[in-house]
Amino acid sequence: MNKIIKNNTDKKTQELIIDGASCASCVGKIEVALRSIDGVDSAEMNFALRTVTVTGTVEIELLIKAVESIGYNAKSAEDKSDDELIDEKDIADQKYYKSLMRQVWIALGLGIPLMVYSLAGGPMTVDTSLERGVWFFIGILCAAIMYFSGKHFYIGAWKSFTNHTANMDTLIALGTGTAWIYSMVVVFFPMILPEMARHVYFEATAMIIGLIDLGLALEVKARGRTSEAIKRLIGLQAKTARVVRDVNGKPQEIDIAIEQVLLNDIVRVRPGEKISVDGIVIQGYTSIDESMLTGEPMPVEKSEEDEVVAGTLNKTGSILFKATRVGKDTALAQIINMVKRAQNSKPSIGRLADVISAYFVPVVMITSIVSALVWLNFGPDPAVAFAVVSATTVLIIACPCALGLATPMSVMVGVGKAAEAGVLIRNGEALQTASKITAMILDKTGTITEGAPKVTDVLIADESYSESYILKAASSLESGSEHPLAQAIVDSTIQSGIDPETVTDFNAIAGHGVQATFKGRELLFGNQKLMLKNGVPLMEFVEKAQKLADEAKTPMYLAIDKKLAAIIAVSDPIKADSVSAIKRLQANGIRVVMLTGDNKATANAVAKKVGITEVFAEVLPEDKSNKVAELQAQGEIVGMTGDGINDAPALALANVGFAIGTGTDVAIESADITLMRGSLHGLADAIAVSKATLRNIKQNLFGAFIYNVAGVPFAAGLLYPFFGLLLNPVIAGAAMAFSSLTVVTNANRLRFFKPQEH
Amino acid sequence: MMIINLIGLVLIALIVWWFWLYKPAKAVDASADNITVVVNNGIYQPSRIKVFEGKKTTLQFLRKDGSPCAATVLFPAFEISEELPLNANKTIELPSMLTGEYLFHCPMKMYTGTLIVEKE
Ligand SMILES: [Cu+2]
Repeated sequence: MNKIIKNNTDKKTQELIIDGASCASCVGKIEVALRSIDGVDSAEMNFALRTVTVTGTVEIELLIKAVESIGYNAKSAEDKSDDELIDEKDIADQKYYKSLMRQVWIALGLGIPLMVYSLAGGPMTVDTSLERGVWFFIGILCAAIMYFSGKHFYIGAWKSFTNHTANMDTLIALGTGTAWIYSMVVVFFPMILPEMARHVYFEATAMIIGLIDLGLALEVKARGRTSEAIKRLIGLQAKTARVVRDVNGKPQEIDIAIEQVLLNDIVRVRPGEKISVDGIVIQGYTSIDESMLTGEPMPVEKSEEDEVVAGTLNKTGSILFKATRVGKDTALAQIINMVKRAQNSKPSIGRLADVISAYFVPVVMITSIVSALVWLNFGPDPAVAFAVVSATTVLIIACPCALGLATPMSVMVGVGKAAEAGVLIRNGEALQTASKITAMILDKTGTITEGAPKVTDVLIADESYSESYILKAASSLESGSEHPLAQAIVDSTIQSGIDPETVTDFNAIAGHGVQATFKGRELLFGNQKLMLKNGVPLMEFVEKAQKLADEAKTPMYLAIDKKLAAIIAVSDPIKADSVSAIKRLQANGIRVVMLTGDNKATANAVAKKVGITEVFAEVLPEDKSNKVAELQAQGEIVGMTGDGINDAPALALANVGFAIGTGTDVAIESADITLMRGSLHGLADAIAVSKATLRNIKQNLFGAFIYNVAGVPFAAGLLYPFFGLLLNPVIAGAAMAFSSLTVVTNANRLRFFKPQEH
Repeated sequence: MMIINLIGLVLIALIVWWFWLYKPAKAVDASADNITVVVNNGIYQPSRIKVFEGKKTTLQFLRKDGSPCAATVLFPAFEISEELPLNANKTIELPSMLTGEYLFHCPMKMYTGTLIVEKE
């Protein structure tokens, strides 16, 4: 058992970060609580930094408990950031790579000359006593190499054997061990073997060890590249933050490490700086580049009350924001976590290879024994030599490394690639199913359209009013209303710099519109019915309104003193790139269906604009999932894309649920795939990446299966009776090393995949 | 020749018994203290770990094996997958679990271990 023994009596200085200490009086309480622990010599708190420095012999866990017991949170300041961990990992990998390469050269240093000698026709047999002496010396050299370059195989094989498991080490150790022992038997007791079989295989042992170490080394190198996406995400994190804290009773801006930022800290960000933690802007105005997270190229404007996300880049202004999520809770940290988790999950296509690798090794050992027995019983002379060669070669060539690597390597690259495009894939299964989608249901509002209605047209009927006067009157009228269309008018006018004013005698007429007095004039605002009821002549404007309605807009009439003043049309605009993204989906042979709660006329108008022919209109929120089921019953593999909470059941029922999380509001846990930017191109990208990844996995699996499945019979000597061919164990070693390298390299090829946009 | 064939068959029988039929040894109790699982030489040690139902458990992993196979540990039942740094401790927090046996393994299932969750 390996318990960590914690009775370190050395004195040390430790630093804690305290959360929840909001007043200067907390300082005394915390210091006293820490000093009262046996073994603590001193405890001093820096209130501005919210850190305590403790010296003594006490373990940090105890210190944290003591602070927690008086009602504060504490953590160790020495917890390593992801950044540092990645650097350390790189350094450790680099070291491992170097030590492997040293082992490779040592093994090949003996293996290659021996191999050249044997290929040049030099006798590898033991007949004379001089030959015995020379080969004995080489055998000892070979044993030294097995120790230097191959120790890890033998220890690993033995340990896993005692653990009742077998792995690649087992095969390599058995293969090279058999070759060496047989060769030593030839050297010591040549007389027990027929003359033709007195052949040594030291070159095979040395070469196999060298080549497999080489394969491992190259794999370590290639693997480093597959985690690029995670490195990129981690690299987005800021290292320091400028927070406002009390120093000597006065609030001051101080720079602290990002780990020390606490909830509700006020953080200052200047132009050109990264946002350090998630928060809400409380002062200032700026534009922020969120492209690194969402793939959305346009900077987003932020002012008070807007959310900012850690990892994004502040471009123009200086802002103050309040930290709402810090540390592991920030959206960025969660995204990193999710990508990591997804990268290590496996689609079902990969599980077959899992089952095979788990049973593979003992099966190979049995195959190797069977093949040796067959050679011994039925083989031509020298049967013993043939038996040893085939048994060794079977063991070496059957290493299931390539098989086991085939899926995880591609998934890792594919999921990372998607994350770069702002597409978060939840797991391997979602990745696999996304590649098979045949029908895609798109929610209209917020998915195809912006989800926020805007004023699109103002047609003035009475030239004595200016457009701004019309908008001011309409928004003043509507500012009391909570109807979404009314809200659109108010927002649009405020955005163009016009403030609504108060109206009197306000009266809402259900199903018609509203009525009020504005600066002594009587206003009517609503549909045709309202105008007719009040005897407002509409003339040719009825047709104009109809034309607007045909374009999926909602026209509303404004009358001033019972005379038509203008038509204001409101609509939820279609996202700029929805049309091209939907075309991409259709070009992939996907049946695209629009789903909406809106009326048929508006729905059809929108569908026509974006090129969708199938529409489910007037669908109640609770019926959305029925539509998913309907398509599934037709045998479709259904993707569902939505943004709202009311889409959740449909998202869950669909084979793949895509959630649109625009920018800051990332619904990470709710869907199979989350699109970080609003654009539907994310959908097409997700499908393209998943198709490319699945193709890559299949190539890898095919390569690995062919290599193992065809390699083993070949190595066992199945071709010998027909062609006189028997695989050389050295070739098997090289093939084994390069097959896993091929798989890793093929997976790395995915890194250059670009989903085609537009 | 008969003897050699017999030896071969016995070896095959031994392989089948040793790797497939043998019932593994006792599990190490993780309920009392933090356990460090050492990842080295092709195995997790200890590889059978007993924990109690409904309790959150933390496991320390220490990887000493540089081989890329060993670099990640997966707990598929809990959607946990963590990179194990070389020669450094890594704490993995497990959620409270229902009674049963759960595998943890490397991506290739070469390194395997079992979590045995029991009622207290
Ligand atoms: Cu492997």
